[in-house]
Amino acid sequence: MLPMRSTLYAFIVVLQTSNLLLAENIDFNRDILPILSDKCFHCHGPDSQARQADLRLDTRAGLFQTRGEVTPVVANNPAKSELLRRVTSLDLSERMPPREAKLSLTSQEIELLTRWIKAGARWTKHWSFQAVKRPEIPLVTPNSSTRNAIDAFVITELSQAKRQLAQAALPERFLRRVTFDLTGLPPSLDEIDSFLTDPSPDRNARLIDRLLCAPAYGERMAWEWLDAARYADSNGFQGDRERTMWPWRDWVIDQLNYNLPYDEFSVRQIAGDLLPNSNEQQRLATGFCRNHMINGEGGRIPEENRVEYIFDQIETVGTIWLGMTMQCCRCHDHKYDPLSQQDYYQMFAFFNQTPVDGSGGNPQTPPVIAAPSHIDRYRITALETQIETLRSQSTQRLNELAKIQASWESMQLEELRKNPWHLLHPQSATAEHQELTILADASVLASGVSPPNDTYQVSVTTDEPRITAVRLEALRHESLFGGSLSKAESGNFVLTGFEMQIQRTNETRPRPVKFTKTKASFEQGTLTVAATLDENQQTGWGVWDGRLVDQEHAAVLIPDSPLDAGPNTKLIFVLRHDSDFAKHIVGRFRLSVTAQTEVQPRVDTSLLFEALKTPTKQRTPDQKQLITKTQHKSDTKYNHALTEIATAQQAVEDLRKTLPQVMIMEDMPNPRTTHVLERGLYNKPTNRQVAARLPEMFAVPASDTARNRLALARWLTGPANPLGARVTVNRYWQTFFGTGLVKTANNFGAQGEKPSHRELLDWLAAEFVHTDWDVKALHRKITNSSCYQQSAKQILPNDLHSPDTENRLLTRGPRRRMPSWMIRDQALAVSGLQVRNLGGPPVKPYQPPGVWAEATFGNKRYTADQGEKLYRRSLYTFWRRIVGPTMLFDVAKRQTCVVSNTQTNTPLHALVTMNDITFLEAARMLAEDAIKSPALSDAQQLAFVFRKCTTRQPTTQEIKTLMARLYTTREHFSVDPDAATAFLSVGDAPRDETVNSADHAAFMVICLLVLNLDETLTR
Amino acid sequence: MKRNMLCEQDKHLTRRQLLRQSMGGLGSAALASLLTGKSTASQTQLDRLGHLPHFAPKAKRVIYLFMNGAPTHTDLFDYKPKLQAMHGQTLPNEYVQGKRFSTMTGNPQGKLMLAPVEPFRQHGQSGAWVSEFLPHTAKVVDDLCFIKSMHTEQVNHSPAVTFFLTGGETAGRPTMGAWLTYGLGSDVDNLPAYTVMTSVSKGTTCGQIFYDYYWGSGFLPSRFQGVKFRSGGDPVLYLSSPQGLNAKLRRGVLDDLAQLNRLQFDEFADPEISTRIAQYEMAYKMQVSVPELTDISNETQSTLDLYGPQVNERGTFSYNCLMARRLAERGVRFIQVMHAGWDQHGSLTTELYTQCKDTDQPAAGLIRDLKQRGLLEDTLVIWGGEFGRTPFLQGNINERARWGRDHHPHAFTIWMAGGGIKPGFTYGASDDLAINAVDNRVHVHDFQATIMHLMGIDHERLTFKHQGRRFRLTDVHGNVVNPILA
Repeated sequence: MLPMRSTLYAFIVVLQTSNLLLAENIDFNRDILPILSDKCFHCHGPDSQARQADLRLDTRAGLFQTRGEVTPVVANNPAKSELLRRVTSLDLSERMPPREAKLSLTSQEIELLTRWIKAGARWTKHWSFQAVKRPEIPLVTPNSSTRNAIDAFVITELSQAKRQLAQAALPERFLRRVTFDLTGLPPSLDEIDSFLTDPSPDRNARLIDRLLCAPAYGERMAWEWLDAARYADSNGFQGDRERTMWPWRDWVIDQLNYNLPYDEFSVRQIAGDLLPNSNEQQRLATGFCRNHMINGEGGRIPEENRVEYIFDQIETVGTIWLGMTMQCCRCHDHKYDPLSQQDYYQMFAFFNQTPVDGSGGNPQTPPVIAAPSHIDRYRITALETQIETLRSQSTQRLNELAKIQASWESMQLEELRKNPWHLLHPQSATAEHQELTILADASVLASGVSPPNDTYQVSVTTDEPRITAVRLEALRHESLFGGSLSKAESGNFVLTGFEMQIQRTNETRPRPVKFTKTKASFEQGTLTVAATLDENQQTGWGVWDGRLVDQEHAAVLIPDSPLDAGPNTKLIFVLRHDSDFAKHIVGRFRLSVTAQTEVQPRVDTSLLFEALKTPTKQRTPDQKQLITKTQHKSDTKYNHALTEIATAQQAVEDLRKTLPQVMIMEDMPNPRTTHVLERGLYNKPTNRQVAARLPEMFAVPASDTARNRLALARWLTGPANPLGARVTVNRYWQTFFGTGLVKTANNFGAQGEKPSHRELLDWLAAEFVHTDWDVKALHRKITNSSCYQQSAKQILPNDLHSPDTENRLLTRGPRRRMPSWMIRDQALAVSGLQVRNLGGPPVKPYQPPGVWAEATFGNKRYTADQGEKLYRRSLYTFWRRIVGPTMLFDVAKRQTCVVSNTQTNTPLHALVTMNDITFLEAARMLAEDAIKSPALSDAQQLAFVFRKCTTRQPTTQEIKTLMARLYTTREHFSVDPDAATAFLSVGDAPRDETVNSADHAAFMVICLLVLNLDETLTR
Repeated sequence: MKRNMLCEQDKHLTRRQLLRQSMGGLGSAALASLLTGKSTASQTQLDRLGHLPHFAPKAKRVIYLFMNGAPTHTDLFDYKPKLQAMHGQTLPNEYVQGKRFSTMTGNPQGKLMLAPVEPFRQHGQSGAWVSEFLPHTAKVVDDLCFIKSMHTEQVNHSPAVTFFLTGGETAGRPTMGAWLTYGLGSDVDNLPAYTVMTSVSKGTTCGQIFYDYYWGSGFLPSRFQGVKFRSGGDPVLYLSSPQGLNAKLRRGVLDDLAQLNRLQFDEFADPEISTRIAQYEMAYKMQVSVPELTDISNETQSTLDLYGPQVNERGTFSYNCLMARRLAERGVRFIQVMHAGWDQHGSLTTELYTQCKDTDQPAAGLIRDLKQRGLLEDTLVIWGGEFGRTPFLQGNINERARWGRDHHPHAFTIWMAGGGIKPGFTYGASDDLAINAVDNRVHVHDFQATIMHLMGIDHERLTFKHQGRRFRLTDVHGNVVNPILA
């Protein structure tokens, strides 16, 4: 053993003396941690299950503590450091990493470890887990290229590499870059002209300010957020049902335009529902959490789905606000970062509290909110204001009524003293289909099944000597629909027949009574009481006045001549309900008779009479209520207000029914318990119950955390989270430079890439928080820097320096092919086809036939929209999860959270931009514009097209090439007019038939060419 | 300083960067080849990862006939006399205790055994058992290698298909075809290296769909994703030039485009520009080569007859099998032919006949055709689904017309043939009721490892670093099934 060690040591010494990096300081985070993480942590890291030999190298203790005879790392002493011995051992049974791992350390890595130990083995926490400390802005020699703090940091790094910023980009190139970056659209010719002719020294800054205020800014910035939020217009999976989450998408656009501070933007989306007195918009924001896919496949177990949905929610949050990949912790502790499986399920507990149970594939699985578009929101607000006004009017009227109550009472009492009606107490009451019950107040209540039609028969005995009129009251009851008069949903009834027979003591059989006159408290149009007396089974008496019937009604029927009755006279009544209106059957009724001649059809008033006779102070609460209610009901003004309120409320309700339902968050009153799931399996809960809590690594005391999503959201964007601001500014850096300062925007952990400019990243993060998470301010800062505004020309191969191929040092401006959605938007914009409406339901632009049918066996068919909807920005294109928009390439799948897109370069992309109808039609319209533009010569027309597409004037050589092609093509089409017609027939937009078709087709070819120039595809 | 650990991803980038340095990369190479009118395979092989293959490959390309919906092993290949004898009797509990089945079956206790619907016979010199359902396959058994001890962990279609194709059960990982083209590059420069075709039998009641992540590139760059050859319209999306624009015009436009883009390159020295020039040329080449590929007028009648009567009908399995051969001939690396409709929950006595009729002859015909052209030697052909079907009945034993079998992950059969595979061979076995794989069990990851091996790749060494972890097709499992190698 010993001899071997000395040999190795010699080997190391040789390496050391040989080297190039001696001058440079070793930085643990930058140089050592990546080696340990990549080569050692898999078995000697945070994952307790996978840990070998009980050794961990991800903690200070693990690295430096002596274990038995040996110590992994002994500061200043490479020879005594076991770690170094093991990674260099020639004895393969000792050599680390072991053969099975199929990993090995390079000689350079071994050398770094050695030098680190020699220099004292300084250890620190992983850089991104340390709190952000605002770095001092470095002092640089001021010159024209230092515009702001960003430049100071970048120039400092550059000067260490003996490099400098490139010169500023040409004004039109800068204009193009910044206009696309901030609005996703090309500058118009007017905008180009006015910028280029603007003599003021601050024209760049003013341009940036103008772009930041354009509504297109919110649309452009929304794209990456929708990718991160896995926003789509369908569920995904088999069935892939359509959902209506787009009001949430519009919310995002609005907030970005409004520049809602990013911390609030975050809190509302994670936990807007839990904000005190949360409003509709704040609840709508939580649609963010519900954008996950929904699995409606048969044979799936609901709980399995539910658990998957929560996994997706926390992993999305983890990626966006922590820059951490948490997925592996479903099953085990993280292999590289200090995140345990327990931490994962503690996070799970935050989201485990909604009523969603995972069953079914409802694309509007509650909780949902009906979310209006901008216009509908305005309509609803107007109606609600109206309702408010009416309510206050009605309250005011009630106050007035209270003031005159005493006089009303005395009038009423006088009136009632004249009450002529005698209630008939039935002896029997039967129905063909229902149960009839005789109640104490002499009324009869129907119950049981509610048939479409029914007929009642009631027998009573009376001692009244003389009957001049019969009254039928239709009464409310709580068992009826909404406490109305019947079981129909309108509360209405249609009494199609009313018959009466009389049998005096001396008579052997009953004799029918013929009525000649009728009266009613209310009659619904042609549904009159008189109609109950005819033979027609469809006509009858009804009382609906446009809303649920909540008033009692009475009918009075007067016989052709007064009836002599006398003691023990038997009366038989038949009430028929035979109309086509199902369930329109009187639910509760009462019969009474009178001997007076002048009678009014009002409902029985005996109770009211009793109440009014009782002295005010002795009245029961019920009596008091009865009196005021009756007074209110009798007031026309008050009732009018009520009807108006009801109408407006109905209008709001009707409108709401048409609104898209957006799935949102809501916690149940009784929390679910959360268990750690074995290997992440829904059906394998372990007995380790956990409560909602932030990961251990952030050292948040348990008591400090209110255990709900709101607390989580506040923490994520609060000062205690070292990652929140860093990952956010990094993503925004990526928006402008294509690559983040940390290249792995989704991974700030030990296995992530180290930042290219750590100080700059931290300064931006600190500044971002300092400015209250002001996103536009951040964008203004970035775009105003010289670093952003420099030329994109690459250093040529004969340069003395090693090429900065990936531009990590920022030696040039960012030059990137635009995302495919932006390329499409550009084509629509330069052709004048684009329709610039903000928000609204998704649209279906051109796609080749069969794109959905092919994937779904014909279950879903894509039909392109017509008119304006063909020309909206790509942002509004309907996104079917199982077959995304085929004209877009290199886009996130919108299935799970994605925060960085790879850009590739394939022939398939070329096929889209050369052959897709959108691009062909754009070429045709652009050609028409060029031909009709005031420009005189071909060359000027070509320049018009070229400038629109590339933002700059073409060179003589470029014009020459295009002109030559224009001529030969024009010639071709003049001898083949059919080809010209065919070529020009693409797309729905009408062609100006006055334009010569050969000329038009030739120009269209040129426009298609220019739309496909590398420069056009690039910003 | 910069990290110098060459993980696969870094190598890949480095290779690309190197290629781009002097504008001498893939782009200009392809461009040069186009301009001279010649193309050689070696140019595009530059796209191969530097250290690959790990050893000499036995197969140069793969044709994967993926039988989506899960074919019934008990009715097609896995002959069990005891199952015949036990028809209508109760399933012996000891075979299924503690096993997971689909929610439609739930607990299989008390289910009745169902004999194969059609009789079996032994065929060829190898004496392989094949049911009457597949008379054409029966005639080529001496070229096939059956694995009868397959088993998987997934019990529902989409996760199981995903598991077979990507090694993970949820979407997001690269498919086998993506891994292979990522590792091995392409041998052709006018067709995509990884192509996919799908079909379904007419009148089938199956509800499975083809998710595009079945040929996705997952976290690999998206240029490695499979290109779908469609059954209607353009074979490749956006392939056709617009009407009225003839090839000469397009050619001229592309020449100008290249010339103007080169001016840009002169100014910016951005290698993306030269790549773009090359990609536009390749797009043009595809516009020429794909119609040529799909023009089958030069096939002889006897060849067409091999594939059965539907061979001229685009969108059928038969047509797709012929296309697979034509793609293989042209050097396409991975050809994934998917046929849906094998999900006979209640249609063993009805739809299974159609299903077999539509697929039997084309699959056998493909084997014969490849063989007669000498292509079978270095083309690996695979036939199989995502799991098997229960040897017990789903449905009512007295209602023959609606007999069915449910999903069954514990044992099923697939076959492989060609490049590097032992012909006329059967490997592994299930128990006497075809319920559990018992002898020489082959897990999905073993199957994947074997395919990689045949292509010259050590499945443990083709990795890609994503989200801090090195991923591979076989996750952390998989052993090459050596006994089936020729």
